[in-house]
Amino acid sequence: MQSTANVFPSNARRALADERLQSVLGMVDGFNGKRARAVDRLPEFEMLRDQARDIKNHTLQHLDHYLERFETRVTEAGGQVHWCRTAEEARQAVLGICRAVGATTVTKGKSMVTEEIALNRFLEQNGLVPVETDLGEYIIQLRQEAPSHIIAPAVHLSARDVEQTFRSHHGDLPDDRPLTEARDLVNEARTMLRQRFLEADVGITGANFLIAETGSTVIVTNEGNGDLTQVLPRVHVVVASLEKVVPTLEDATTILRLLARSATGQEFSTYTTFSTGPRRAGDADGPEAFHVVLLDNGRSALLGTELQEVLRCIRCGACMNHCPIYSNLGGHAYGWVYPGPIGAVLTPALLGVAEAHHLPNASTFCGRCESVCPMRIPLPRLMRHFRERAFRERLPPAQARWALRAWAWVTRRPRLYRLATGVAIGALGWLGRRRGRFRRFPMAGGWTAYRDLPAPQGETFMARWHRERGHDRRA
Amino acid sequence: MTGARDQMLGSIRAALGRGPLDPSAQAACDERLTMHRRNLVPARGRLDMAALVDGFTANAIEQAATVERLAGPEGIPAAVADFLARHNLPAAIRVAPDPALAGVSWSDRPTVTVSQGSARDSDTTGVTAAFAGVAETGTLVLTSGPAQPTTLNFLPENHVVVLWSEQIVGAYEDAWDRLRAHGVAIGTAAAGMPRTVNFITGPSRTGDIEQKIQLGAHGPRRLHILLVESDPDGALG
Repeated sequence: MQSTANVFPSNARRALADERLQSVLGMVDGFNGKRARAVDRLPEFEMLRDQARDIKNHTLQHLDHYLERFETRVTEAGGQVHWCRTAEEARQAVLGICRAVGATTVTKGKSMVTEEIALNRFLEQNGLVPVETDLGEYIIQLRQEAPSHIIAPAVHLSARDVEQTFRSHHGDLPDDRPLTEARDLVNEARTMLRQRFLEADVGITGANFLIAETGSTVIVTNEGNGDLTQVLPRVHVVVASLEKVVPTLEDATTILRLLARSATGQEFSTYTTFSTGPRRAGDADGPEAFHVVLLDNGRSALLGTELQEVLRCIRCGACMNHCPIYSNLGGHAYGWVYPGPIGAVLTPALLGVAEAHHLPNASTFCGRCESVCPMRIPLPRLMRHFRERAFRERLPPAQARWALRAWAWVTRRPRLYRLATGVAIGALGWLGRRRGRFRRFPMAGGWTAYRDLPAPQGETFMARWHRERGHDRRA
Repeated sequence: MTGARDQMLGSIRAALGRGPLDPSAQAACDERLTMHRRNLVPARGRLDMAALVDGFTANAIEQAATVERLAGPEGIPAAVADFLARHNLPAAIRVAPDPALAGVSWSDRPTVTVSQGSARDSDTTGVTAAFAGVAETGTLVLTSGPAQPTTLNFLPENHVVVLWSEQIVGAYEDAWDRLRAHGVAIGTAAAGMPRTVNFITGPSRTGDIEQKIQLGAHGPRRLHILLVESDPDGALG
């Protein structure tokens, strides 16, 4: 999909001014309480995080070997692996598979990597009809929008928005049908998609894991749409990026214990499905052909660098659910496929720092993302990495770079820093002594446009520290 | 595509600052693939059998499944008929041709129409047998095969699953061990993995509309588990 990450500041301003969006954004908070309860119920959660991190680190260090073993097992089971360096190669591989079986309708399970390679538009341009079957993805496909969250793609819409979308797209249904309750909307989508499942020639899913031991691909869903997508058509195509591989069923199992709890706060997702090759001789049903489109798209270049850690991501969405910036903007402002803190790292890593250098600044560095990341990805540190790179590559405006240089110069001289901050704090405290806050402030318009700037009270922390510690000594 | 394959493997190795793994490192990785070593298994999956059965039941119910315990397999036809009546469902079931269900005498309930095979669009209730039940989250494990159509798990709006109490294990890892042993016994390829292994925890659901959970998104609206006391005589075949 076409990135607009390079105009993040204007995207963000638009999102903040969008009253409709602002009224639905609070809903994502529901995930966080559920996550906290699910974590509390599993005393081993923190140890499982350590083990999951170690499993992925080991796998990434030996990625070539495990991918080769994975391919061997897929082939033994009667499937085929397509190695694709770029998005274009992956799109062509999928199209080739569809054309070879004369496909017209293609159903799709939810897959962020097919968003990354903009597969739907490409298939449409080539005369195929891709149908998203995850409810959220179906809604945004009708609206021709991008997902705004990696596990809840339509989280930026209210039930009322969905009702309007269905009324304008499901023209064959009676106008007076009840469609205000979430239940009505779910039932209508179920009815509309049922026939699509049954008539599809090819089913495309993503993968949460690839298992080297068995050549299995794994999907995790709650709706069951991913399963109908892969079991009914003649061909099952799995599109997966190469870092999804883990060595064994046991390793996948360990990470699965973290995934649903971190994502939705569920103990376990409703459906976790392990697929190994096509239908076996004598099998009652299942696809006749099984393909894995294995995508690099810039990931291998991250290995061996500080950024390798981002390849542990299992796409649970906990980082964005807990991010104060995401909570105020929603996902579209980030301008590409992956929003929130993970997007602020993954987007510059995959598209380049010139395109996405604003995103690592979309953080208060409060650290909640890292504290909830099941794979212990140090997201703030990786965002800092890109801030430094953007500075070195002179991407921020000259004014900002000079201000940062001046700041760096002062902070490396402790006496000067304390003197300057002491004077500034004193002066600001005096200026703001009546109201205790500033409504407007020079060069802080970005802050004061949305809230007052509190006036400093008293003295600097360092001054107070010296005073109180000295006081303790005297006592 | 061979060129792309070699280039991808080459760029992985170049980024990691090495060539192909040396034989001893390869052997260490391959040992990991064959040893099935477990990582940490939570304590809730390591209990005695009675506690596991209770835990499975409680966890499945929490995930919005219903669980009915039966003293023996002879109770299955009546339980299915009652389930259909309770929910006002058509008196017709589509049953997996599974040997595990071969001994069920459906003729005890002649009002229920029974047919066997993969699911069709018109089927409203599917009946299948589980491979295992995992106590730690109340999860059913179902496997595909000639007598185990996967479509029955997803297409009908109602899914009745027969689970024998001895099939209940504590942790997912226990289910993998049973599956591997079963695969060796029946001589399947791909390390004992059938084409499809479904872990099913409660009925289908979605939270995509305003994050409110609605049951029955695309898969079954109801998941009813018949937990049958194991048959000591093996009379069911």
